[in-house]
Amino acid sequence: MLGLNKKDTTLLLVVAVLTLFAPFILNPFPTDSAMAQFNAGYPDLMQRFIIFGIFAIGFNILFGLTGYLSFGHAAFLGVGSYSAVWIFKLFTYNVIPAITLSVVIAAIFSLIIGFVSLRRSGIYFSILTLAFAQMSFALAYSVLSNPKFNLTNGETGLQVYADDPQWFHRDSLPDLPHLFGLSMNSTYTLDVGAWRFDFNAGYYLCAVILMIVFFLAIRIFRSPFGMMLRAVKSNQQRMNYTGLNTRPYTLAAFVISGMYAGLAGGLMAAMDPLAGAERMQWTASGEVVLMAILGGAGTLIGPVLGAGFIKYFENIFSKINDTVLHSWFSFLPDGIEDFMVFIVHPFIGKGWHLTLGLLFMLVVVFLPGGLVEGGQRIARLLKGKKKTPPSDGEDHHPKKPPHVAE
Amino acid sequence: MGILEVKNVNKNFGGLKALSDVNLSVRENSVHAIIGPNGAGKSTLLNCLVGKLIPDTGSVMFDGQSVLGRKPYEINQMGISRVFQTPEIFGDLTVLENMMIPIFARRDGAFRMHAYESVARERGILEQAEHVLEDMKMADKRHMHAASMSRGDKRRLEIGMCLSQEPRLLLLDEPTAGMARADTNNTIDLLKQIKEERDITIAIIEHDMHVVFSLADRITVLAQGTPLVEDDPQNIKGNPKVREAYLGESA
Repeated sequence: MLGLNKKDTTLLLVVAVLTLFAPFILNPFPTDSAMAQFNAGYPDLMQRFIIFGIFAIGFNILFGLTGYLSFGHAAFLGVGSYSAVWIFKLFTYNVIPAITLSVVIAAIFSLIIGFVSLRRSGIYFSILTLAFAQMSFALAYSVLSNPKFNLTNGETGLQVYADDPQWFHRDSLPDLPHLFGLSMNSTYTLDVGAWRFDFNAGYYLCAVILMIVFFLAIRIFRSPFGMMLRAVKSNQQRMNYTGLNTRPYTLAAFVISGMYAGLAGGLMAAMDPLAGAERMQWTASGEVVLMAILGGAGTLIGPVLGAGFIKYFENIFSKINDTVLHSWFSFLPDGIEDFMVFIVHPFIGKGWHLTLGLLFMLVVVFLPGGLVEGGQRIARLLKGKKKTPPSDGEDHHPKKPPHVAE
Repeated sequence: MGILEVKNVNKNFGGLKALSDVNLSVRENSVHAIIGPNGAGKSTLLNCLVGKLIPDTGSVMFDGQSVLGRKPYEINQMGISRVFQTPEIFGDLTVLENMMIPIFARRDGAFRMHAYESVARERGILEQAEHVLEDMKMADKRHMHAASMSRGDKRRLEIGMCLSQEPRLLLLDEPTAGMARADTNNTIDLLKQIKEERDITIAIIEHDMHVVFSLADRITVLAQGTPLVEDDPQNIKGNPKVREAYLGESA
């Protein structure tokens, strides 16, 4: 289907089903039950899953295929958000021109930054991208926000004010980002018994875009271009002496992943029309690196899983507080209850980073291929009981080193 | 007039004269061996031919065109393929993919943005790659991870990758270094076969005299950055200057 082989078609269909039915899948617990706080099926969080999924897919096209580890991709995301908000301020709340411009501006930015950074490889490349991202952050945070020339609105963040021109805005249209009149905020709520499911217009726009860009990523992975990118990662020396110029290949990969980041930034602004400089900070760039590695760098579905995993922890674990803990352990005698709460306390609420860090450590040590490798191992265990293991020497292959080392 | 003409090439690294006044002429469709003791400048000379190093003075002409100042990938596209001392292959890719890449490079040039096409649909390239693999007697290994093969097989693959581009000049840098005897003999047989079956010029840098005398039509002996003699193999064996360079004066 669509020029994909059977395996890839299945993968695409799985992603399509998961995204389209996410409002059900992520809300498995009845609204009033004690477990309801583990429900992730509210529009705001679901949008974030998808947007960071897109960001991570794009990042993986650079990092997973070529092995170039960029620590500055958040800059493209931020640039995308600012571009989108400027469209909202000057022209219209329609999200199509806003998202288009974010992709274009991010492409231009990544072309410039990539052109300079890709003159070096390995750690020097990472440091260069980090430097560029921090410069962008500083520009957005203070330099480009002064009374004479206010491009970013500094600390407050760029947002739409009532006295903004919005030349193509009409009164009949919603006063929030919309798709030809359909407000991104509009949500249809379905109540089924004790359960409640939210279907949000913004979420479904993101979901459709995710499916398109996931399909494009599969095409890139399976194309001669994708093969050349994997060859860049494997042996640049051999490429150069085989008559191939590695520079345009890496630059193209960098620009494509920058465009994915810009798209994610544009969508973020389309869901919530403001853009702040903190989106460009290096921690945001680091987060996408974690997503790719946690899920499985160089795999198709891995980055999406990684993004979902991290965003789930960020939003769900951080909301558990001591009161919740006390209610969980209330069946224990008082002294032990307090003790248990004391033990678990550092790992929840503001301490969710600690839990994530531990999980990240476990994954990197025991599953160098990320969550995808975990899934493959489980699948192999299940199959292994039915079939005898293949004896064609597949197991003699040296294990690929984890991508982090590159 | 040879296909490769090296004239008065000098290369210094700081105070060290790596190459001084090197002249070399490689005849078309011959096997030309460059031998010499350690530190004679063999590898420096080779690196000057493929664009990794630029000589301080002198000229390097391939088929009437200068290679100086060109990048390695541009020199490759002129028709020079290089085999490295330790096999340089794409270890993370399969053997078949390894073989497809040089064929893509020959068809599409140094860069082409073919990000939406599918590799599986590139019938022509796949067929050519399979064909070369059969020539190299590696067809059964096509889905193996290239990094997991033996050194001899990696060498065979690397030579196959170079040949798939149908180069006019094949440069080999100690192709049997660090190989077991059996692998060495296999490599010699392979190179002999290539020499007989194809219109190709081969320049080979080698330590192993067994390899040199089984293959070479012409031999240049380098010592301390200068060519000592250039002659046919039978004359090199008895040449006192060569013995001196290799074994020291007392011999």
